[in-house]
Amino acid sequence: MASQKICVVIVSGTRERLQMAAMVASVAAVSGHEVVVFLSMNALPFFVKDQSEPPPNEGVMGRLMEGKNIPAFKTLLEHAAALGDARILPCSMAMDVLGIEPQTLEPFVGEATGLTKFLDEAQDGQVWTF
Amino acid sequence: MAEIKIVDGRGSFCPGPLMELIVVLKSSQIGDVIEVLSTDKGSANDIPEWVHKVGHEYISTTEDAGVWHIRVRKAK
Repeated sequence: MASQKICVVIVSGTRERLQMAAMVASVAAVSGHEVVVFLSMNALPFFVKDQSEPPPNEGVMGRLMEGKNIPAFKTLLEHAAALGDARILPCSMAMDVLGIEPQTLEPFVGEATGLTKFLDEAQDGQVWTF
Repeated sequence: MAEIKIVDGRGSFCPGPLMELIVVLKSSQIGDVIEVLSTDKGSANDIPEWVHKVGHEYISTTEDAGVWHIRVRKAK
């Protein structure tokens, strides 16, 4: 199997997009791909520990998913990092704007990363944006 | 005789049963057979694809009363 590098950029804070991004990242990671997830904009607040507010639904799919036993997007990303080669990186600009300290983020989230570093990572990989 | 482990992914949706399978595969021995139970048709299609792709051995899929039984042998 040809292993690839897959970069997943998550900027949206809606249930459907967080879910789809986490699905792509986790399945890619457990299938032997190197995965880099970059969390920025409205997605980042959902990765603060003890943040219990659910993301808003975009449409009918989100509403349908609410009542079902769908794996949580955070659990999927945690699996991506634990079971595969995935790094979940928070955007340093979003952390500054939101006033988020690194220790308040979920333990599976790695070091604050700037765009220069992320663009370097993305140079030799596919980029998926959600 | 290799052990048969059951992964009960009933009621969960893609990629939940796959992730549960992988967690059990990690802690299994080469040659162990794992049977995933899933009520999600997407997983019934996707798990054999994944097994083939990463190089484990896909044994069989059967369906009984809306539950798919997917058998996999750990190969590495």
